[in-house]
Amino acid sequence: MPGARRLVGLVAGEPERRCDRRPITARVAVSVAVSASLGLIVLLHPSAVYAAELAMPASASGSTAWWVWPLVLFALTFVMGILAALGGVGGGVLYVPIVSGFFPFHLDFVRGCGLLVALAGALAAGPGFLKMNLASLRLAMPVALIASTCAIFGAMVGLALPTNIVQTALGATILGIVALMMSAKKSVFPEVEEADSLSSSLRICGVYTEASMGQTINWKVHRTVPGLLLFIVIGVMAGMFGLGAGWANVPVLNLVMGAPLKVSVATSKFLLSITDTSAAWIYVNKGAVIPMMVVPSLVGIMLGSFIGVRILRVARPTFVRWMVIGLLLFAGAKAITKGLGLPFIV
Amino acid sequence: METTGLPDCPAADEEQLLYAKILQIGMYIGLVLLLVTFALYTSGVIAPAVPVEQLPDYWTMNVHDYLEATNRDHLHQEHPISGWAWVTVLGKGDYLTFVGITLLAGVTIVCYLGIIPTLIRKRDKAFVAMAVLEVLILTLAASGILAVGH
Repeated sequence: MPGARRLVGLVAGEPERRCDRRPITARVAVSVAVSASLGLIVLLHPSAVYAAELAMPASASGSTAWWVWPLVLFALTFVMGILAALGGVGGGVLYVPIVSGFFPFHLDFVRGCGLLVALAGALAAGPGFLKMNLASLRLAMPVALIASTCAIFGAMVGLALPTNIVQTALGATILGIVALMMSAKKSVFPEVEEADSLSSSLRICGVYTEASMGQTINWKVHRTVPGLLLFIVIGVMAGMFGLGAGWANVPVLNLVMGAPLKVSVATSKFLLSITDTSAAWIYVNKGAVIPMMVVPSLVGIMLGSFIGVRILRVARPTFVRWMVIGLLLFAGAKAITKGLGLPFIV
Repeated sequence: METTGLPDCPAADEEQLLYAKILQIGMYIGLVLLLVTFALYTSGVIAPAVPVEQLPDYWTMNVHDYLEATNRDHLHQEHPISGWAWVTVLGKGDYLTFVGITLLAGVTIVCYLGIIPTLIRKRDKAFVAMAVLEVLILTLAASGILAVGH
């Protein structure tokens, strides 16, 4: 129904974008792979190994009263929650690089906390998305199985590696995410001419109501196998760095597998409740959880997101998105310099 | 993708709605427990293992050193607290908050367990297998068997 598709795109206020299979698959795959590769390059680089042998500074908290840090953490995560909602990213991707770069907490605790923050956001949003049929359990389950297994492996690797190496790889990954955010396009209603055999046999398809048009949208997916394979990389990175993985979930679900944008965003958010759960358990069992960090962060980011969603009605999302990209660039650079023991402007 | 002019969105699958219901209940219980136990901890109603004013001495350490140091200075257990050992020190305010944290982290397992009977009844073999595997994987992660360290 090409006419109907064009109508849908125009009513949604978005130009219709046709999914040219190979280039888009390749672009997303390359972007995710570049992020992973940057991390791996840093992991294997001799200077990173050398830096790992240097001791991390013992304390940065100095004589500051103990209660200042949770209070500042709460304020910061509140602002992060607003920015994350406006910028269309999860909280974890801002939380881990910024808090690990500028707070005295050790990276082990920041990653554990980052996963719990992302998990709480996903748990809060998940039920609503599932009830509205925007998040699809049938789409999420195969993906979650792969991503959560790989997230466990990522978490174990992340906890076993020296801090400097993880911090440097985190910085490289954040810069890779920036590149992904700047280059990846979005397709509100990707064109899926025919579901592939795997998604057909698993009946991965759905229906939801597009409120802006009063239309019921039927969707199906294709390129299921390449999509599932990309979730191996996404899972490992989510577990290793304590990042929620919405930044990677959405492009893969939307551009590679062809799920509508709203379904991709909602399913990605729900998916985090499973992927981050598996990695979070590894951090919790390891003891890498300090409640004085977790609760202020969790409450701060949830309240901030609550406010952010309301500001979104009057804000200019494009400007905020660039601001988030700028913040990530800054935090990524800080993480790299901290990991390598190099001086930084802050 | 296709569009139709139908006014109402058809209901989600039965197992999806059940999953959402369990997730919502678990999330609320976990969140309330986390906030209540944190209030008991920070207000001093239940004394913590590590005094809050001494936390900055420890949170700069990596997790291994942190566990060793807090055990040596405050907990005096045979082994540092890791895995599910926090259950043995629930009388301490800081470890009491772990109840809420583990509930939030564990609710997904309950959700999967909850939908397995429905999937079996619908003879949805592939998704039954996926749900069972996911439960096993998450349970393995939660069990503490997968121990790692610096």
